[in-house]
Amino acid sequence: MAIAEYSDGPVSVPVPDERGESAVPHVEFVGVDKSYDGRNLVVRGLDLEVERGEFLTLLGPSGSGKTTCLMMLAGFEATTAGTIRIGGRPIHDLPPHKRGIGMVFQNYALFPHMTVGGNLAFPLEVRGVEAALRRERVERALSLVQLEGLEDRKPSQLSGGQQQRVAIARALVFEPELVLMDEPLGALDRRLREEMQYEIRRIHSTLGVTVVYVTHDQQEAMTLSDRVAVFHNGMIEQAASPEVLYEEPEKAFVARFIGENNRLDGVVVSEGDGVCDVDVDGLRIRAMSLGLCPPGARATVVIRPERVAVSALPGRYRNEVETKIDDMIFLGDHLRVHMTVGGCSDFIAKIPNVVGHGAVLPGDTVTVGWAALDCRALVPEELREGEEEW
Amino acid sequence: MTPGEASTSRSPARPLWRRALGPRLRAAGLALPLVAFVTVTFAGPMLSLLTKSFYDPEVADALPETIAALRQWDGDGAPPDAVFAATAREFVAARTERTLGRTANRVNRVVSGMRSVIMGGSRLMVEAAAEAEAAGVTTDGAFWRETMIGIDARWRTPEPWRALRDAGQRFTARHYLKALDFERGPEGGYVRQAEEWRIYVPLFWRTLKVSLGVTLLCLVIGYPIAHLIANSPPRRANVLLLLVLLPFWTSLLVRTTSWIVLLQNQGIVNDFLVAVGLIGDENRIAMIYNMTGTFIAMTHVLLPFLVLPLYSVMRSIPPAYMSAAASLGATPLQALRRVYWPQTLPGVGAGCLLTFILAIGYYITPALVGGQSGQLISNMIAYHVQTSLNWGLAAALAALLLGGVTALYVVYDRLVGIDRLGLG
Repeated sequence: MAIAEYSDGPVSVPVPDERGESAVPHVEFVGVDKSYDGRNLVVRGLDLEVERGEFLTLLGPSGSGKTTCLMMLAGFEATTAGTIRIGGRPIHDLPPHKRGIGMVFQNYALFPHMTVGGNLAFPLEVRGVEAALRRERVERALSLVQLEGLEDRKPSQLSGGQQQRVAIARALVFEPELVLMDEPLGALDRRLREEMQYEIRRIHSTLGVTVVYVTHDQQEAMTLSDRVAVFHNGMIEQAASPEVLYEEPEKAFVARFIGENNRLDGVVVSEGDGVCDVDVDGLRIRAMSLGLCPPGARATVVIRPERVAVSALPGRYRNEVETKIDDMIFLGDHLRVHMTVGGCSDFIAKIPNVVGHGAVLPGDTVTVGWAALDCRALVPEELREGEEEW
Repeated sequence: MTPGEASTSRSPARPLWRRALGPRLRAAGLALPLVAFVTVTFAGPMLSLLTKSFYDPEVADALPETIAALRQWDGDGAPPDAVFAATAREFVAARTERTLGRTANRVNRVVSGMRSVIMGGSRLMVEAAAEAEAAGVTTDGAFWRETMIGIDARWRTPEPWRALRDAGQRFTARHYLKALDFERGPEGGYVRQAEEWRIYVPLFWRTLKVSLGVTLLCLVIGYPIAHLIANSPPRRANVLLLLVLLPFWTSLLVRTTSWIVLLQNQGIVNDFLVAVGLIGDENRIAMIYNMTGTFIAMTHVLLPFLVLPLYSVMRSIPPAYMSAAASLGATPLQALRRVYWPQTLPGVGAGCLLTFILAIGYYITPALVGGQSGQLISNMIAYHVQTSLNWGLAAALAALLLGGVTALYVVYDRLVGIDRLGLG
């Protein structure tokens, strides 16, 4: 299917905004609040822009407001405050069926009383597309998800992966420019999930549609997205490419939520030039600074386990600690080494399983080191009462 | 353990089916009280009553010789002497034993007027028999022919004999013919009654129409209610469900009579309309003791039977389907028609079938609020069971009703499939 055929969706007319700029973001959230009960905000002051053709993932733990955002965009929930614009046009007065947004639901929501062909033809029928063209488009959509010839099956006769493909095809068959996916792979097993992730990537790059994707699975978010917005307590903690999120987290929550991190809590001693020294339980650690922790403030220093060198040559790294190995776990391609560093009894280092790793054993006292560039001092998280620990 | 030990320590080998027999018998035993209860209180009486619709041995048993003799008769003119002799003998015997009245009633149901022919005639026949005995005259066939025709000239014609012969059939279709508004023609065969005399077929039609109408009305009212309950948060859904079920906890009689209070001429609704000035005092609307009353009261009573199956089906439809339809561009109406409605069809089918079947046999409500024009076939069945005591006809009417409902059920099964029924 050619990209050109998907260029004229219902919301495609780029309305020039007041500033007269031509490059209007495809989707804009401006200061959006959402409250269900009138007291607690589940989404707070959300600002977000999605570029045309971008694959943006809203990532966060359950209850962080990411699905609510998607529902507001789709039109199933009203915003409490703020504006959502598609192609520069505010959409608060547009009912869902007029927004022309393709949507893939968590449990597919394939109509059980219709065949696969009927499901795919449905959005075309309600748009008054004539039968011949309808058939052609249904066939194209089915071939896009590699399910040719299954038109006459009922959804219940399909496997989970096939149902997922049909759901995606149905969300695309009426050629929307914007497609929303609400944890679409949640019901699949791991193998199928990986296969479908690849499929979704392929379809996205084939069609060039804008995708807003919701998931709580960070690996999935990393695999699929151009950009990931990490949600926490109804706010976006950080929105950036997967690489940036992983390498340069700006919030302690992001550092904790994306991948694995060692976290050392301490007090900033000195700060300047993008670096700072943090006193962690008597240990002085040099870390990258974002300028948010002045001297005297508390800070959380985060270090990726794979950036920690075990039995390092003394003087090689800026940060060095002598400690005893508590435990070692063999995990095939790498070994996890558990140690106590700076009062943190669960300090982990990953050693790749290459020749010579056997140099250390549990109980050995070793020098552990890491570069200042590889650790960041962040504002500590305030865990609120009753909050889920991630 | 050696093989020898095994054979001594175990009980003698039993075949597999016998080992499984015990639990099965115990399970069957548990169901036995129910089976017995249903057989004694429901299936048995029903079958015995339904049997009466085609099996009527009373006359044949009361007048065995007459009926046997009539079988030889060709049906034209007066029967041979032997028939007169047998008939007279049995009439006289039955008259003296005071059992003839019942038999005469039976025959009268086949051909009206026969009761007086038999009862009036037999009284004189008893006297004639006594006189003949005193006079020493032999009471043979020829004697009785002459005597009976002398008592009542109608014995010369074939009609009373045909009536006797037909009433003497043990297996008969006449109840069914009567239930379908056929009557005995002058030649003895059955012909349709003149239109203004037909009772049962129009009543069947009316019952069918009322039942369909009530079912449809229940569906129109019940569908939005069921949808509301199914899509309410649990606490509110419970309250609403309670309101729907409330009528079940009130006696049917109380519910029906409360409609009388509401709808009668001097009732609350009419008083209100007059007070508001919508209608004049002299133009009070007749809302009860007619078809309107039957409709209103039956719809009220039967509504829960439609709401409950619908509710249970609707509750199982995830709201995501409607969202999906909207996201695909369907207007709310299109989504309802193309996505929601088809998925509720099992519930609609179950609810409508249940409501319709209950409505078609409805009896108390039409009897109380139906007046003349609001009576249904069940009221007629009740009349024949309780008042006219024509159980054969009542059974035939009931059998026709049962057959009709069964046929509808089969049609539904063919069209929709009973396994798709969502009774909840």
